[in-house]
Amino acid sequence: MRMTTDLDAQWAVRWVRETARVVAENRALLIDLDRAIGDADHGENLDRGFSAVVAKLDSADVPSTPAAVLEQVAMTLMSTVGGAAGPLYGTAFLRAATSVGDADVIDAETAAAMIRAARDGIVARGKAEVGDKTMVDAWTPASESAETAAQAGANAPDVLAAAANAAHAGAVATEPLIARKGRASYLGERSAGHQDPGAVSTALILQAAADSAGGAVA
Amino acid sequence: MSVGLVVVSHSEKIAEGVVELAAQMAPDVVIVAAGGADDGEGRPARIGTSFDRVQAAIERASGGDGVVILTDLGSAVMTAEMVLEFLEPEARASVRLAQAALVEGAVAAAVQAQGRSTLDEVLRAAEGAVVSIRPEELEPFVSHAAAAPGQGDADEAPSSAGGPTASGAWVLPNQMGLHARPAAALATGLAELDAEVTVNGVDGKSVMLLMSLGLGQGRTVTAEANGPDAQAAVDFIGEAVESGFGESD
Repeated sequence: MRMTTDLDAQWAVRWVRETARVVAENRALLIDLDRAIGDADHGENLDRGFSAVVAKLDSADVPSTPAAVLEQVAMTLMSTVGGAAGPLYGTAFLRAATSVGDADVIDAETAAAMIRAARDGIVARGKAEVGDKTMVDAWTPASESAETAAQAGANAPDVLAAAANAAHAGAVATEPLIARKGRASYLGERSAGHQDPGAVSTALILQAAADSAGGAVA
Repeated sequence: MSVGLVVVSHSEKIAEGVVELAAQMAPDVVIVAAGGADDGEGRPARIGTSFDRVQAAIERASGGDGVVILTDLGSAVMTAEMVLEFLEPEARASVRLAQAALVEGAVAAAVQAQGRSTLDEVLRAAEGAVVSIRPEELEPFVSHAAAAPGQGDADEAPSSAGGPTASGAWVLPNQMGLHARPAAALATGLAELDAEVTVNGVDGKSVMLLMSLGLGQGRTVTAEANGPDAQAAVDFIGEAVESGFGESD
């Protein structure tokens, strides 16, 4: 028996807290992945950023809409992350907040649109394309799967679960790629053979979104 | 007040070092470092870029005729772009993000700003200052434009093509040759004239490109000009060179 919940402000808060937990849990993994092809700061930076987000939530009244929670996440990440993930995830959460608007509860269609907006924001900010071995390689299939699920009549939690599954597959598929963006692109062919840390953290974040809503794991 | 500059680097030391270097040639220009990221109260900055630091630096540099931002690696660019999106439209209109090599761009922009140039002229100086080592050349630093005259400018042929043209050639009499101060004087003077001016194959309105020619005493300066003020531009260069830029020897 699986319980799903509405995607309301409480869900958004659970999502953020769950993200902070899994990022902390996978901090060493993300650092190792980034050490292989980057500057080894992704795990540390994201952990610092989401810890700050949780601290912010603990210190003030919880915002009343999902969008307000997401916007607070965006502002905190931008100020605290420091690496490329700051502006990228900051933009993603900001665009997600804008797309959700003042809705109290996010329906399936809005959930898919939210992931699309986050993905488009990351592409606009980082100017990466699919196949460049970046987080775009997780966000793009996530967005497409979320839209397919929404169109097929899935409920909002299942839309998130579809996105999370596709993001995981997308992250795994970055392993053989040669990086064409970011610090890893300086490595050329030596960047092949490792998953992209940004794609992996994207999968963690979207998995946390689905888990916080009780979405089905396909 | 001149145009201000903001130097964004992942490293606090790089940002401060670039500011120090650029300020040496531009004592009146406000140049603000925004390097590294905060790591909590009292701790030294870590490697990274900080939204808050970039935002504060733009604020500090914005007392004059606008701000040009220079950045190092990718996420510095992204952080700067984010900050720009958060500026009020009015403030945003007087800030430019240069696509330039950090060190060369900052020095060129600073020298240009010191000459009280406009925002877009300072931006152009920064973006024109791409320097490479060409082993086949005698001078250690030669700009891409100098190495391949004519290339890169092909898509912006002067609108005055077919208008009056003028040219001239002079030998540099002064001991220091075409160093920073005369380069700035030439570029600033030429910027006021309605003419496209090429000096030894590079844009005569770019301080950095003029400096990168590395022309010393006894070398020949050749100028070609197009446009309504072409003759005035050539005369201006000729007088400046022949007077040794007012330097005693």
